[in-house]
Amino acid sequence: MTGAEESRAPSRASGLLSEWRRWLPWVALAAVLTYPFWVDIPPINFLTLDALGLDVDVVILMLVYVMLALGLNIVVGYAGLLDLGYVAFFALGAYSVGWFASDKFSGVSFHFFSTAPEGAAGIHLNMWLVILLGGVIAAIAGVIIGWPTLRLRGDYLAIVTLGFGEIIPDVFRNADKLPLPSGLQWSPPFLVFTDVNLTNGVRGVRSLDRPGFGENLDTWTGGALPERFSGIDLNPWYFTIVGMVLLAIFVIHRLERSKMGRAWIAIREDEIAASAMGVPLMRTKLWAYGIGAIFGGLVGAYYGSFIGSVFPTSFSFAISIYVLVMVVVGGMGNIRGVIVGALVLEYLNFKGLEKIGDGINNSIDLIGIDQGVDIPRYKQLIFGLLLVLMMVLRPEGLLPSARRKAELHEAEEHGEPDVYDDLYDARREGAQ
Amino acid sequence: MAPSDLLRWIFGVLILLAVGYWLVSSAIDEPQRFTQVTVIGLSNGMIYALVALGYTLVYGIIELINFAHGDIFTLGTFETQSVFADGSFQIPLLFFTIAIPIGSAATVESSGIEKAYAIGAALVLSALFCMSVNVLIERIGYKPLRGQPRLAPLITAIGFSFVLQGIGLAWKGEGRIAIPQLIPNTVLIGEGGTWLDVGNAPFYTVRDLIVLLITGGVLVALTYLVQRTRPGKAMRATAQDRDAAAMMGISVDRTISFTFALGGGIAGAGAVVYALYNGTTYFNLGFRIGLIAFTSAVLGGIGNLSGAVLGGVVIGLVAAYSDGFGDARWTYTIIFTILILILVFRPSGILGEQTPEGQ
Repeated sequence: MTGAEESRAPSRASGLLSEWRRWLPWVALAAVLTYPFWVDIPPINFLTLDALGLDVDVVILMLVYVMLALGLNIVVGYAGLLDLGYVAFFALGAYSVGWFASDKFSGVSFHFFSTAPEGAAGIHLNMWLVILLGGVIAAIAGVIIGWPTLRLRGDYLAIVTLGFGEIIPDVFRNADKLPLPSGLQWSPPFLVFTDVNLTNGVRGVRSLDRPGFGENLDTWTGGALPERFSGIDLNPWYFTIVGMVLLAIFVIHRLERSKMGRAWIAIREDEIAASAMGVPLMRTKLWAYGIGAIFGGLVGAYYGSFIGSVFPTSFSFAISIYVLVMVVVGGMGNIRGVIVGALVLEYLNFKGLEKIGDGINNSIDLIGIDQGVDIPRYKQLIFGLLLVLMMVLRPEGLLPSARRKAELHEAEEHGEPDVYDDLYDARREGAQ
Repeated sequence: MAPSDLLRWIFGVLILLAVGYWLVSSAIDEPQRFTQVTVIGLSNGMIYALVALGYTLVYGIIELINFAHGDIFTLGTFETQSVFADGSFQIPLLFFTIAIPIGSAATVESSGIEKAYAIGAALVLSALFCMSVNVLIERIGYKPLRGQPRLAPLITAIGFSFVLQGIGLAWKGEGRIAIPQLIPNTVLIGEGGTWLDVGNAPFYTVRDLIVLLITGGVLVALTYLVQRTRPGKAMRATAQDRDAAAMMGISVDRTISFTFALGGGIAGAGAVVYALYNGTTYFNLGFRIGLIAFTSAVLGGIGNLSGAVLGGVVIGLVAAYSDGFGDARWTYTIIFTILILILVFRPSGILGEQTPEGQ
């Protein structure tokens, strides 16, 4: 009983604060759900649109990154596996739209509840299905990548995932002429190769399908569920991604408290102890990796459809690192922290730095100095610096999960860290 | 031998046979081009080896993949460009750059003494610069994280990689930067060669010779340093057993800093070699070169100095053959595939990993 009393006592002392903590998420949720309706009302739009530049499309991209960060958080935050190639799953999701909902394969014409014009060439599956398919394809890729590699030590795993993250965009770039074995021959190299065009290479796949609810639902609901999403009215897009994020939060929240979630955390804290307690290491890690990949694939498909085209160059290593920074800055292993981290950093990445740069340059102009600073140019530097500062000063993130914080400050609690005994944790993990 | 091991072994041998067959048939079909490509591969491989040594030195002593190492190499090429083109030693401080003129600007038409001064100055200054950056990074970012989970310093290293790229971007801008070519492309062996006039293609040029000379010099110096001097002995002792080394009165902190300085210095020298050989650089050159060099280090057996050199040369040859006889678009994919296969199937590399337990 004393334990319960102790835990209640501080919450009574800081009553107002804890009230805030309880209500703030709901206020934020209400604000997010109604955002497109109040963003351009005159007194507010000065702040939202003019000062911050938070147009609906910007918020949509921010939410795309929230989804990515939530997915990576499962791998890095819960299971403690450093994945430096997360962008590969994002790319796979986007390319599944290119394959299954565009005129890419114009040799065939296959429609399945699609919003594409009747009789258009190419494979056109229903976009909602394609979004799910993006998740499935990413999950399969995740399992294929994870199967041989997840047994590796943490830092080697990071490099292998980085390798995959580099290979997959490279393959997409080169797969306009992908030599695939198409037959056998009796002289070396014994296989006949034919060049296949899978991705159009650097030209990318354009004019991807958009989601929609079909003609009947459109007329029944008076246009609230449009037949086909448009590039002008962004509200359906907005509510779709909000729905996806809410669903993701719900699923992750449940996972965190499930047997699987506890197994992930056990592995992160001490792999050997977890294994001794009967946690199957490979299977548990593979689940984390696969589920993380699903989120990347789902949101990748959404993103591809929203942007309307996919290019290999949009999936660079930098994106993997941006998402990692979001997770680390927000607080590894804490859903709230990761969401806030992703929202703030993607805003800075996409719009904020530009706005800050404009602000600085305008005020410099006012003083009379005719020389500007190009703040977005230092984007990489700023993100890198954030990563270093967070890891050195506050590795648990700005909104830490209590458990992760305790883990990362273990050395301090046990008094002076024994530098020579546990240097870089080399011995403990190297012993396997 | 377990059945899966046997299967793996057969698979490996089959791949090696296929590659061997392909190389031999290319060599028979076009012997002259094959020689040329091999020389290019060897020269590039030596540059990779110089970068790989930095990874392997640091990994050998603290088991950290110093992700920022490739970007330190890039900053070295930038410093070399400053020395050759602007004739000054530059310290980039984001919004402005301190330039100390040293009168080392040179072109291919300069006299031999001017060129020698420029190259010597570049070697010293670039090495010094990279050394300082590497030690600074270790002091700021890695040292406070000792005793924390292994991934913490790795994430910091990735952060530093981005920071250094940002510094490079602010220093010299975004596009490709031309470095004055000081070494003429005089043919030594090949068509019209001054040493041996054979065939109808340039086989071995002065640039290849310079790469060989500088790399050889650095390797001899490094071997001497590690095997014969007191700091080298301290390094080996610290890598082998940190506790015992500390008890014998070795300052572990200073030895680790020394290792970072050494790795940085070699990267700086490698950057000069790269500049002399390739003549162009750009701000995120280090990302790919770094990954290739890391692959080399892993291929040779990370923590193993001769392994890094061997791995660098092998990867250089693989890249050159893929560029010359395969399809250049797939070269990076092939190298990263090698990295993954090595890590998955033989993480100890060709020559074996030098672990603290001395396996």
